[in-house]
Amino acid sequence: MYTADMKFVDTHEWVRAENGDEVSVGITHHAQELLGDLVYVELPAVGQTIKTGDTIGVVESVKAASDLYSPVSGQITAINDAVVSDPTLANSEPHTAGWLFKVKLDDIAELDTLLSADKYKSLIGG
Amino acid sequence: MDFGGWALPVNYGSQIKEHESVRTDAGMFDVSHMLITDIHGVDAKSFLRYLISNDVNKLEKHGVGKALYSGLLNNEAGIIDDLIVYLMPFGYRIVTNASTEAKDMNWIRQVATNYKVELFNRRDLAMLAIQGPNALKKVSSVHPHITDNLEVLKPFMAFEANSFFYARTGYTGENGLEVMLPREEAAGFWQFLIEAGVQPCGLGARDTLRLEAGMNLYGHDMDETINPLACNMDWVVDLSDESRDFIGKKAYQLAKLASDSDKQVGIILEGKGVLREGQKIIIDGAECGTITSGTFSPTLKISIAIARVKHDVGDKAYADIRGNLEPVRIINLPFVRNGKKLFE
Repeated sequence: MYTADMKFVDTHEWVRAENGDEVSVGITHHAQELLGDLVYVELPAVGQTIKTGDTIGVVESVKAASDLYSPVSGQITAINDAVVSDPTLANSEPHTAGWLFKVKLDDIAELDTLLSADKYKSLIGG
Repeated sequence: MDFGGWALPVNYGSQIKEHESVRTDAGMFDVSHMLITDIHGVDAKSFLRYLISNDVNKLEKHGVGKALYSGLLNNEAGIIDDLIVYLMPFGYRIVTNASTEAKDMNWIRQVATNYKVELFNRRDLAMLAIQGPNALKKVSSVHPHITDNLEVLKPFMAFEANSFFYARTGYTGENGLEVMLPREEAAGFWQFLIEAGVQPCGLGARDTLRLEAGMNLYGHDMDETINPLACNMDWVVDLSDESRDFIGKKAYQLAKLASDSDKQVGIILEGKGVLREGQKIIIDGAECGTITSGTFSPTLKISIAIARVKHDVGDKAYADIRGNLEPVRIINLPFVRNGKKLFE
């Protein structure tokens, strides 16, 4: 589930290299499990510049609201309209169809500073 | 999660699925954390007539087993707790909240010193709430010996059989039962109900169900600083017998005369996001209320809330959701009863 082509941050977002310096970002399976049934996501706008660690949106389940943190720095190139209209996609397929947005990285080397799948798994005690 | 010192599940699986099972079929909640107290003694009736805001005098014409919802008020008419009282063969039984157990019992025992009553906390009993349109049918399939009793059981009535106490009460806005039973029998009963197709539900679904049904949650929608007028509990203050004195009566009557008490309303989000407790209600840039419970409604697929607002607030306002003013509609509670939406 937490595959080697993905990178992670301790706020439970994942990052996957798509093409060149563009990455996709979502919340992890672990995060969606903790949140439960998702009912609302608010994402940054296409074109918006984001910095690592910034609060850039919110993910809400029936029981709680959770801030969404930017795992990387760059510019938003796409958001997943499917997950906006049906947030449960991020429950059922958090690492694939339930991706949230794409970012053109300021510095592709930032990926090397993120957690590997193994490190993330040990972080969440899996 | 920790709830008044009790470890309780927020959800067993999907909270939305649990919620839907109660609206369309049958679900059950382990509510053994709630405190059952039996009141015996020659003064039991006069004690309760003074202790609580509703009048137990009206129970007798319905007979043993009749239930009544009430507030437990302090001298300022603030709400110490809400409770259900049942008329029993030996006197009365009250069911109060878990999170308020210590202060409730201190208060009740203090008032009781002036009456010939004895109070027994029944921690030897467990309590399961089985709720939903098929709840009675499924309980009946597990306990066929009470099928006839269940068929004639009216809302807010209860009966006892083989040391199980079955009450047609609940906290979901659906038909259903709350069953009090010897705690050592609870696990077996639960298992039989699962086999009968009753969905186990956690505190999460309990919260979304009661919110849709417009029912208060103690510590959120009301507390000791809130009087019954400001939380839709006016109807459980019984002033019909003018000669009856009860705790908080004078303060309540004064608040009622002033007629500028806040009121409790339902809020429907028309903008983006999810309404949550603590968010402010805004009209013309001015704060005029606060959300006391908010969620996403699994039945209605929109965000709804209970709010306490100024008495003259109309039907349109804004909610401040993380700094964004989102339009909301204001309605009379509840949102949902017996599986049906109750507003246009």
